[in-house]
Parts: sequence; C-alpha cells; structure tokens
Amino acid sequence: MSWAPLVLSLEIALLAMLLSLVFGVAIAVLLDWKRLPGRELLYAIACAPLVLPPTVLGYYLLVALGTNSAIGRAWESLTGSTIVFSFTGAVIAAAIGSLPLVVRAARIGIESVDPTLVAAARTLGARPVRVLFTVVLPLATPAIAAGAMLAFARALGDYGATQMVAGQMIDGTETASIYVMNKLWAGHEAASRDMALVTTAVGIAMLYLANRVLKKFSGAHV
Amino acid sequence: MSESTPGGLTVELAMTRGELAIDVELACRPGITCVMGPSGAGKSSVLAVLAGLAVPERGRIVLGHEVWLDRAKGIDVPVHARRLSYMFQGLALFPHMTALGNVTYGLHDLPRDEREPRARALLERLGVAHLAHRRPRTFSGGEAQRVALARAIARQPKLLLLDEPFSALDRDLRRQLTTLVRELVGELGIPLVHVTHSIAEARQLADQVVRIERGKVVARGAAAEVLADVTSLDE
Repeated sequence: MSWAPLVLSLEIALLAMLLSLVFGVAIAVLLDWKRLPGRELLYAIACAPLVLPPTVLGYYLLVALGTNSAIGRAWESLTGSTIVFSFTGAVIAAAIGSLPLVVRAARIGIESVDPTLVAAARTLGARPVRVLFTVVLPLATPAIAAGAMLAFARALGDYGATQMVAGQMIDGTETASIYVMNKLWAGHEAASRDMALVTTAVGIAMLYLANRVLKKFSGAHV
Repeated sequence: MSESTPGGLTVELAMTRGELAIDVELACRPGITCVMGPSGAGKSSVLAVLAGLAVPERGRIVLGHEVWLDRAKGIDVPVHARRLSYMFQGLALFPHMTALGNVTYGLHDLPRDEREPRARALLERLGVAHLAHRRPRTFSGGEAQRVALARAIARQPKLLLLDEPFSALDRDLRRQLTTLVRELVGELGIPLVHVTHSIAEARQLADQVVRIERGKVVARGAAAEVLADVTSLDE
C-alpha cells in the first residue's frame, strides 16, 4: 500500500478543516444575530451539503468554480492555474462538505453561552466585537473544537464531490478514498482493504476525540 | 419630575413585559436606593433599562448632567458607553478567566500598566488577593461575591446596579458584604440602585427605599418610614 494517498488526504483534510472552521464560525456568529433577516434560511443553506448527494454538491461546485465561472476566471487570472482539477479544488470541495458540521457545532456552542455573561461583559464597557472574542468564542471553543474534528474526519473521507471537482488524480496522486475505489476496481484488494482500515481508524479516532472534548465540557455527544 | 442632584440619577420609564405594564419614576441621590417589591413586580426590568440592556417604549434616564436615554429625542447611549457596573444575581463571573482577569476586564480604557495594580489592590482590600490566579469554579460563595464586587467597583462606575447579589449568602456574610458595599459606595460618591427582597438588608443598607408593585411605585422615602409596617414583600 502506498502512503502517498493518505498523506494527500490528510493535507486536504487539514486545510479543509481550517477553511470550514473560519467560514463556519463566521456563519454561526451571523446566525446568532437575532435581527439578521432570513437567518434560518441561511442556516439551511449552510447545512445543505449534509443532505445533498455528493455528485450534486460536486456539480454546483464545478459550475461555481469552473473555468467559465466568474470565480474560476478571477482565480485563473490571479494564479495562472484553475481551481477545478487541482489541489485547491479538492480542498474547497472537502471544506464545503465539512462546513455544516462546524456551523452546527459552533451555533450550539455560541447559543449555550450564558446570556448573563454577555450582559456582564457589555456592562463592563466591552463593545460587541470584544464580547465576541473575549467571552462568547472562548466559552464556545469546546463545541467549535469538536465540530472542527468532525469536519476533519468528514473531509478525510470525501469522495464524490472531490472526484467531481478535482478529478481522479491530483499531481499524479489519488486521495485515500479514491485510491480505495481504484484499487478495488483494479483487483488489488489488499491495498484497498489496508487503506480502508487506516482511513476508518483515523475517522473513528477523530469522532472519539470530538466526543471526549464535548463530554468533558458539556456532557453532550455529537 | 425634579431635576437630579449633582451625580444623582433620575429615571422615567414605561414599558410592557408580558402582561405587566411598568411605569416608574425614580430620583436617586448619590447613596444607596433599595428597590423592593414582590417577585414579578418589574424590579429587574428597571435595572435592565438603567443598564441599557433593555429599551423601554417611553423613557428618560439622566445621570448627573449626562442623558443616557431620551426616547422622545432618540437618545440611547449604548451599554458599553454608560459608565456603570452591574452585579447580577448569579454574579456572572467569567468562568474562563481568573479573579484578576475578571477584575481587569472592565479596565480596558486604562493604560495597560495600571490595570493589574488597581485590580490587585481591590482584591487585597476585599480580602481575596489569594484568589488572583484562580478561576471562579474554585471560589466559595462569599469569595465569589467579593471578587464580583471588586470587578464592579474597579472601573469606578458612575452608577452601580445590584440585582439581589447577596441573596444566596448566610446572614453574617451578607452583613459583612453590605457593610463593605456601603463603605465603597460612600467613597465613590455615586448612586447605587439595589434590588432586594430582604427587608433586613434594606434597613441596614438603604438611604432610601422605593417599593414597586405590579410595575408601579407605591411608596418611597427613608427605609425606616417605608418599611415601618412591612413584614413581607410577597403579599
């Protein structure tokens, strides 16, 4: 079994987790703003990748990021390369798939912060941004961390959307999940099985850690 | 309504909370005003409006020469810009910060090198200097009250609001803390609005007492006068 697909998948998963963390927490903060119009619709849209078939998600990403799209053209003129069929495309596809897990966890974490603590910070002279960064987000961190771990595990196992956006190979290497599929079709059952087991172990470890983190701080499970 | 004395607080507000219509006027000189009344009378809503955490349908709040709220003129100074401190019933100490972190939190507008010495001096004065680097979950009830009081006083507020913060304490501890509050407020020369259920606490602490029932002021004046015949507020 080659370790290259696993290393590539870990790199993609790590970057996708960071990306979904930044955008997921930002969306959860927006959703906490009670006067935001259509906030439940925004929540539903942010969580849609959970329920969409991976190929449908991949299709939307191809349309949004492809060479004919505004984003795709802007990226190409800036970097000289395309988003689709590249490492960047794989990261974005995995991040979008992972985003709902961070949004949901961060929203739960933010909503569970005692509103009296927020009120106390405000009466002590803190402006809303300071309240967010010194009280709300630190207290929501365990939930956000658990969401990030799940996002990592989800990104690690992404198959459908990644394949549609990034293709079978990225710089000559497959991701772990694509490797499992390709090896199986090619009759290399042992390589396929080994990679499946390693990927499963990493996924279970992340889920276990996420539950430990959440349980330690709130008694909840994800 | 009479104009406030220098540093005094005048309040007029009208608001609806569920089925309760609150319509209250207060005039508080520097010193301690206890707002008393049965549960659900609207006492905490009055504090929330004073703090800027709730907006009444109609109202005006003037502290000294500063207008904090005037609905008719569209003035509503945001919470962070009202120089006040609020001791909540549950104290609301930040659980992820040490005692020192809690007390310095409100000192953001001081130069960085002055924050910690001021916080340490207050913790020392309130007898909880040994808690400086400990978090609230390790404090006893009395220690938590003292740290919360240090946090409230540290920023030298122009108005101090207390929402039954001593209700969970035993009588001796409550007496110690109310004496301390009286001393500190006397030094600052500011109005303190204290919501309490305890008639004994009001008698010990208050310069004046305001009784509220069903959202309306039913009596005001010196504690001895207003509470002369009162044995229970939940009647």
